[in-house]
Order: sequence, then C-alpha cells, then structure tokens
Amino acid sequence: MKICCLVKEVPDAAVQKRIDPNTMRLDRSGEKNLNPFDTHALEAAMQIRESGVVQVDEIVAVTMGPESAVRALHKAVALGADRSVHLTDPALEGSDVNATGYALAKVLESEQPDLVLLGQQSDDGECYTIGAVVADHLQVPSLTQVIKIDVAEGKLTCERQAEYGYDTVEVELPAVISVGDAINEPRYPSLKAIMGAKKKPLDTKSAADVGIDTSEVGIEGSKTRVLAINPPPAKEPGEVFEDEDTDETVNKIVAWLEERKLV
Amino acid sequence: MAGILVYALHDDAGNFNKNSLGALSEAAKLAEQIGGEAAAVVVGDVSDDAAAGLGAYGAKRVFRAKSAPEGLAQPIVDVMAKVIKDEGFSYALFGGGLLGFEIGAGLTARLNAGVTMEVTAVKVQDGKLVAERPVLQDSAVVDVGYVSDPGIIIGRLNAWVPEERGGTAEVVDIDVELSPWSTKARMVKRGEQRGGDINIEDADILVGGGRGLGDAESFKIAEDLAEALGGAVAATRAVVDAGWYPYAAQIGQTGKTVAPKLYLALGISGAIQHKVGMQNSENIVAINKDPNAPIFEFCDLGVVGDLHKIAPKLTEAIKAKKG
Ligand SMILES: Cc1cc2nc3c(=O)[nH]c(=O)nc-3n(C[C@H](O)[C@H](O)[C@H](O)COP(=O)(O)OP(=O)(O)OC[C@H]3O[C@@H](n4cnc5c(N)ncnc54)[C@H](O)[C@@H]3O)c2cc1C
Ligand SMILES: Nc1ncnc2c1ncn2[C@@H]1O[C@H](COP(=O)(O)O)[C@@H](O)[C@H]1O
Repeated sequence: MKICCLVKEVPDAAVQKRIDPNTMRLDRSGEKNLNPFDTHALEAAMQIRESGVVQVDEIVAVTMGPESAVRALHKAVALGADRSVHLTDPALEGSDVNATGYALAKVLESEQPDLVLLGQQSDDGECYTIGAVVADHLQVPSLTQVIKIDVAEGKLTCERQAEYGYDTVEVELPAVISVGDAINEPRYPSLKAIMGAKKKPLDTKSAADVGIDTSEVGIEGSKTRVLAINPPPAKEPGEVFEDEDTDETVNKIVAWLEERKLV
Repeated sequence: MAGILVYALHDDAGNFNKNSLGALSEAAKLAEQIGGEAAAVVVGDVSDDAAAGLGAYGAKRVFRAKSAPEGLAQPIVDVMAKVIKDEGFSYALFGGGLLGFEIGAGLTARLNAGVTMEVTAVKVQDGKLVAERPVLQDSAVVDVGYVSDPGIIIGRLNAWVPEERGGTAEVVDIDVELSPWSTKARMVKRGEQRGGDINIEDADILVGGGRGLGDAESFKIAEDLAEALGGAVAATRAVVDAGWYPYAAQIGQTGKTVAPKLYLALGISGAIQHKVGMQNSENIVAINKDPNAPIFEFCDLGVVGDLHKIAPKLTEAIKAKKG
C-alpha cells in the first residue's frame, strides 16, 4: 500500500497573521511551519504502517507551495515520510480552494496512492474542504474529520463525528481521508530523523510536469474573487487580567458574577 | 433563472436540520432579490408531506432523490450536480454543519465552481451574490464574489435562522445514477451517542470544560464548580473525541448550540467551531493559561492563569457565598 500525506506550510501560530490589502491575500512573510494539523495525518500513516495489518510500501509527503515549503516537507520526512513531492510553479500562486484541489489532484494522479491522508484544516486557510475537492477530482470516496481508522485489505473502517453523533463508515480504497486532531498524539521526530530528512528524495514538479491546465489555477483561474476586506463587527472588548494572586483573582471573579446577579 | 438550491439535511427520524432550514429561509430572501427561485434537495426516505412542508421555509420546489442515501456526501453531490445542471441553478447554499462542507466541496470539484465556507452573511451586489467570510480567527471579514456558475456558499453554524412564511412546495421526484465512487463508502452506523444523556440546553449556567482540564478525571473540577453555581457541565469536541466527556454535552458545530446566562470556560481555546455554539451566551467568562487564546477575543471576563489553581478556589468561594 502506498500512502500520500498532503502537507502545507503555514505561518507560525505565534505570528500575527494578516491579509495584505494590496494583493488581498494572506501575508505569508515571517516564520513558517508545517501545518500542525498535518502532523496528525503523518502520524496516522505511521500507525497504519506500524500496525502491520497491511504492508505499507511507501509514505510520500506532498505539498503545493512556494520554494520555502521545502522546509515543511523536510519536517514531514522527519516525522516518518519516506520521500516527498513539491509541486511549485508561479502559475499556481493565488489559487483558491477549487484550483488548489484540482492541482493537488493532478500531482496525486502522478503518484497513484492507495490512500491519501490530510489534516482537518490548514492553520491559515481554515477551509476544511481540500480533501473533499481532491477526492472528487480523483473520483474516489472520501471522508473528513475522521478520528479512528481501522485498515483491512482494500478497505478502511472510519469513525467521525457528524451532525447527529458518531458515524461509522466503511470506505473502499483508494480513498481520501482527512483526519481530525483527536485521532492521535503525533510523535516528536528524533534528532537522527531531523538530521537525515534533507537526504531523503524530494521531487520538484512544475504545473506542466503533472499535466495541470494553467488556465484553471492561479488568481486568474480561480472561480472566486476577493472583492473587499473589512474589519469584523465591532464588539466591546472584555476585561482580561492575569492571575497573580489567586485569592484576589477569585474575589474579582465572584464580585464580577455578583454584579451581574449570577451568584 | 438565477435560482438558489439548498440541501435539506435530515436525521434518521426524518427531522430536518435547523441549519438547513435557516439556509433555506435565507435562500428564499436572496432569491427574491436576484429574481429567482429557492429550491431544496432531499435524499432518502422523506415523506410527501415532509418534503412539501419545506415550502413553509421558502422552497418553491423540492427535488427528492429517494434512492440516494442520507448521511454521506458524495451521493448527494451526484444529486445536486444533476439538479443544478438540469435546472440551471446559479447558487448552492448550505447551512453550517459537517455534511454541507463536504457536499459543497465535492460540488466545487464536480462543477468547477468557486466555493466560500464559514460564511456569516450573503449580500446582493449587481444582481449577484457576495459571501461574507470571516478569516484569520475572525480578525477580518472578506467579501467573496464568484466568476463561476454556479457559486457554492457554505454557511457558518447558526448564520441563518429558520423563518416560517407558510406555503407548500411542489415535490419533484428525480432519478439519479450515482457515480461509481459514491457507492464506495457505506454507512455502518449513524449518529451514535457516546457517553450518557445529559441535558445542557435548559441550564442557565454552564461550565464548559476543554482540553486544558488535562484528563477525564479532572472534569470533577468543572462538575464541582457547576454544582456550586447551580449549573451544568458542557464540553468541547476535543474532549468528547478523547472520550473524557459525553457527546450530549458537546457544544459547537457538530454539537449543541446554547445561550445561557453564564458560560464559564475552563481550559477552552475558543476555536471557531466551539464559539459558534456558545457565542450568544449573555456572559462569557474564560480561564485559560495562554494569553493568546482566541477565547480572550470574545469573552466578557478573562483570566490568564492555571485553571487547576483557580477553579477549585472559585468553587469554594461560591459555596461560602451561598452558605
Ligand atoms: C468540522 C469541524 C467541526 C468541529 N466541531 C466542533 C464542535 O462541535 N465543538 C467543539 O468544541 N469543537 C469542534 N471542532 C474542534 C475545534 O476546532 C477545536 O479543535 C476544539 O474546540 C478545541 O477544544 P479545546 O478548546 O478543548 O482544546 P484546545 O484547542 O487544545 O484548547 C485547550 C486550551 O486549554 C488551555 N490550557 C491548557 N492547560 C491549561 C491550564 N492548566 N489552565 C488553563 N488553561 C489551560 C490552553 O491554553 C488551550 O487554549 C470542530 C472542528 C472541525 C474542523
Ligand atoms: N497547498 C497545499 N498543499 C498540500 N496540502 C494542502 C494544501 N492546502 C491544504 N492542504 C491539505 O488540506 C488540509 C485541509 O486544508 P484546508 O482545506 O485549507 O483547511 C490540510 O490540513 C492539508 O493536509
């Protein structure tokens, strides 16, 4: 079995994210990191391999992004991927969800995995949708927000929470599965794995290499247009204070509740 | 015609989802403005009366695909793609939830259409729909327009409320051949309730427990505080998924929506999917050790500190006060 994990490079959580008013796109300058949600997908792949229920021949980390995204791939490899694929092309810049899903599906077609795993959301885009877009392009079944995967030959049994409680769903392979962050506790990479990551094979592919029609990607090929960026509706900021002396803190909370007749 | 097609999700007992009905009400209003029709799609075993009843929320027609199963996205993508193609709808609108995200995303790929998710409002500009979408932890709101036909709009939970306006819809039965890949996922069990049955919806005071509690046993801290305050305990998905607390107590996108007089959050980061289920609480108090936690952006009183130190003392203080 071959597993591809889709991983993304995102601005570090500690950095204030903002939108560049000139390009109407996320300001991607500053520190970047591997999307933390994607480490759960990599861990899920590793656990499938280690379970020994099916033979996992290869785990491949795949990303679409600028040159710097190579670092996210190195991290993915340090976490267990055997090699990685970097789809990068100026033509892809500014792609919306539809265009990104199409481009990722094209690069996955060139890999022919049995299973594609993704994170539940990207930390910057928060679209929750790439998995389902990719799946329909690949014409394979898909589920998102999966928190338990049992593998058998040719199929998976997955659990996830939907509108009315927990659903258990059987899915035939090949399939695209986005995993929720409760599925596992990702391991820390060993120092050796971090050191060795740069030596693992990394293929760089252009849009043309994987047969992407460039009129369907990038800002021009995207089917949505950001027309304006506005501040959020104004809300009175709450009162936030630090707990220095806990007795005093407790008194303050109680007084606050009393004032509002809540105790 | 510039129609708007809405997916009406239902549970196994045949009750329509409140968020779907809200989306339908919104679609009916928008359709009037752009000179079109609002219609709904239902799948599975939906009675004539139930389907026609969607007319009360503004659907002119209800397309019913009886043979398509409810609960998984891809068969519904097949159904909606066919209706959109055959009938020429210009937009598909989904209420907040999980399935709407998946169906909307699938339709995007199938119809090569633009999609916007987590939409909190839709407006009409030059006869076209423009979606308002909060981004970056709600620190900005972008207006998104479409250059595709159709445009796909996926709402945020509770973005729209159902409004009954009376009327019945024409029910149109349709036959849809499912795509080969749509039949490769099979529901084994739907809507399993994990953990005990807890009523949080009637409580005036809720103490919400999150991953910051640390483990299942520590929910005692939340329970003690709730008892002292005379309230109940609610939870985040993170702790429900982890098996620390029952699903019935979960608040948020795939849980319950509440608006108590007081919501006191212990070790909850305030992720959007949780916020949407409790942001209408009259008073929100948060205790969290991370000063950058998003919950401090929308609480009324926030304490940056260790809940394990503060909460037990708070419980004692409230008990003492109440005598
Ligand atoms: C499609 C979808 C649907 C979802 N549906 C829901 C839903 O219905 N409901 C829901 O809640 N979530 C939902 N989620 C998940 C949501 O995105 C968050 O992951 C979840 O709400 C986080 O729960 P949490 O706040 O308990 O955990 P975390 O985000 O891990 O936050 C824990 C917090 O505890 C704080 N903390 C840690 N230790 C302490 C301490 N000792 N004292 C004080 N503070 C401490 C930390 O600083 C942190 O802020 C959904 C996600 C998706 C993608
Ligand atoms: N540019 C990208 N390259 C690779 N994977 C991506 C990319 N964008 C999103 N993903 C994957 O899709 C998941 C969901 O992202 P999103 O739909 O943007 O919230 C992420 O966790 C990643 O696994």
